[in-house]
Amino acid sequence: MTLTNKSPDPRSALAQRGRSALGDRVFSWWTLGTGLLVLAILGLILITTVREAWPAFDAMGFRFITERVWDPNPATGDAIFGALSFAYGTAISSLIALLFAVPVSVGIALFLTELAPRRLRGPAVTVIDLLAAVPSVVFGLWGILVVGPALVPVYQWIHDVFGGVPVLGSLFGPVTTGRNFMTAGLILAIMVTPIITSITREVFSTVPRADKDAALALGATRWEMIRGAVFPHSFGGVVGAVMLGLGRAMGETIAVALVIGGATNITANLFAPGNSMAAVIVQQFGESTGTFTAALIGLGVVLFAMTVLINVLAQVIVRRAEARMKGSVA
Amino acid sequence: MTATASPATRSAAGAPDLTRAALSGRRRFTNHLATAAIWLAVLLAVVPLALVIYEVVAKGGGVMNMSFLTEDIPNSYRRDGGGMAPAIVGTLLITGAAALMAIPLGVFGAIYLNEYGKQRPLARVIRLMADVMTGVPSIVMGLFIYISWVLLVGQQTGFAGALALACLMLPVVIRSSEEMLRLVPDELRQASMALGARKWKTTLTVVLPAAISGITSGSLLAVARAAGETAPIIIVTGIVFSPNVNLFDGFNTALPAQIFRNASQPFEAAQDRAWGAALTLIVIVLGFTIIARLISSRFAIKER
Repeated sequence: MTLTNKSPDPRSALAQRGRSALGDRVFSWWTLGTGLLVLAILGLILITTVREAWPAFDAMGFRFITERVWDPNPATGDAIFGALSFAYGTAISSLIALLFAVPVSVGIALFLTELAPRRLRGPAVTVIDLLAAVPSVVFGLWGILVVGPALVPVYQWIHDVFGGVPVLGSLFGPVTTGRNFMTAGLILAIMVTPIITSITREVFSTVPRADKDAALALGATRWEMIRGAVFPHSFGGVVGAVMLGLGRAMGETIAVALVIGGATNITANLFAPGNSMAAVIVQQFGESTGTFTAALIGLGVVLFAMTVLINVLAQVIVRRAEARMKGSVA
Repeated sequence: MTATASPATRSAAGAPDLTRAALSGRRRFTNHLATAAIWLAVLLAVVPLALVIYEVVAKGGGVMNMSFLTEDIPNSYRRDGGGMAPAIVGTLLITGAAALMAIPLGVFGAIYLNEYGKQRPLARVIRLMADVMTGVPSIVMGLFIYISWVLLVGQQTGFAGALALACLMLPVVIRSSEEMLRLVPDELRQASMALGARKWKTTLTVVLPAAISGITSGSLLAVARAAGETAPIIIVTGIVFSPNVNLFDGFNTALPAQIFRNASQPFEAAQDRAWGAALTLIVIVLGFTIIARLISSRFAIKER
């Protein structure tokens, strides 16, 4: 009886409409707004950059991406803005980076998940964290003043040894400077290793204990267990991680701008200087006007579209792989 | 469970002689080779890190002194001496302003994702796009701010740099804060709701304080990353040779931009300044990183 008598009071207090209910609604709208900010910024990036780059797209048409000549200030005639050489440089330097970074990252991830003694695991993670923490411009500084010059004799030696071999000869051509595609790729490899490692490691750690134990119980060595249980299970996730690394490598600006050499160049020779899309923007933006600026922003549009595409794909792949694995664990 | 599983995990060391002696030479060799390759991979990550830190400390330490930290930047790359004070002031102010903008917005965004959106389609899209946004090249963010802010106000300023860094930090803060909010046990929310607190009050006074250490450390890591960003600073802030403490008026500069400009000069004085600036920047960045790690290890919510 007393309960029923008292009940109206708390109910009226709890169900009371007014200021605090309004507060709730305002708060939820406000948080939704900040969440939508992400979508708004991405949309605005696309709209504003495309609009600002339009004069260049308009002047060049499809030649903007198929033309290899980049001549903002020609002696006679119209300026020519072709992104192909820079797209080539971006692709080559990123591919070199992945070629080195992927095996190393997978190795470190295996070390952390399968091999490392407990007391080495912490320090190994710290190394990766520190590698990720070093600003890219510092790697660039190190690359241009230390690594580049130090690698010239190594490049020269490789050229001397393989220069006469048909295919390798064109890849390892004459060396003119330490600032070239190869150095850019190597510096990029160091910079994308942390992200590939951390995602690969997460993917490896979701491999079910039972799968690994089963392989070992059948008499597999550790390597056979990794090949038979860990790799098949995590292939999708590793592909996603590699694509995320590719996205980072393509968008990296400053380190590449310092070490790639700054030449508009399409060549098979990995020891030749070239340039990448991101690097060209930062090198030439300060001295550009009019259509030239529009063309540089156009490079940014192409870069943005490519990295977003790669990142969306990679995220979807990683998510799907993770979801599938969680399912199999349960 | 563990008692039956542990012998299996150590198959090679186990008691019956089924394993090691029976292993063919080829299989044993492959296994050793793979193990060696994995160790080599770890070594390959340690060597560049050690080398770059050694070079920065050795070469940067040579030029480091009080006047380097407090004097103006010489306006000719050839000239000896001078310091990096304008760049240090710029880095701290620009990164600080960026943090003031990005961290609160990012935390509210995370609150939306974890407390309101959860697995709804819109929240999943925002989550995916936040991850994608962390992959947007910093140079593109620089161009975006140049077009949408610098062209609008008609001047390159430190604030434009802060805006660009804030855009780069925002998705990182959102995603790391969301992870931390997810660790807060539901019982806390339920208890607060049962006491009659509104959802906004529960979120601000119960959930957020419980996750604050993780959010702080995640945000500090984002700040550390942003402090090292170069490309947007070069595009949107211009350059100065003496400190400018007004973010809204006049050009500014920052340590990464100074490293970039000086590194590509053939003059030794400029290169020395680049190394000195690199050491200063690394100390700032690692400082933030270490504080972040201390906070997260000291006050972490225990995962349940």
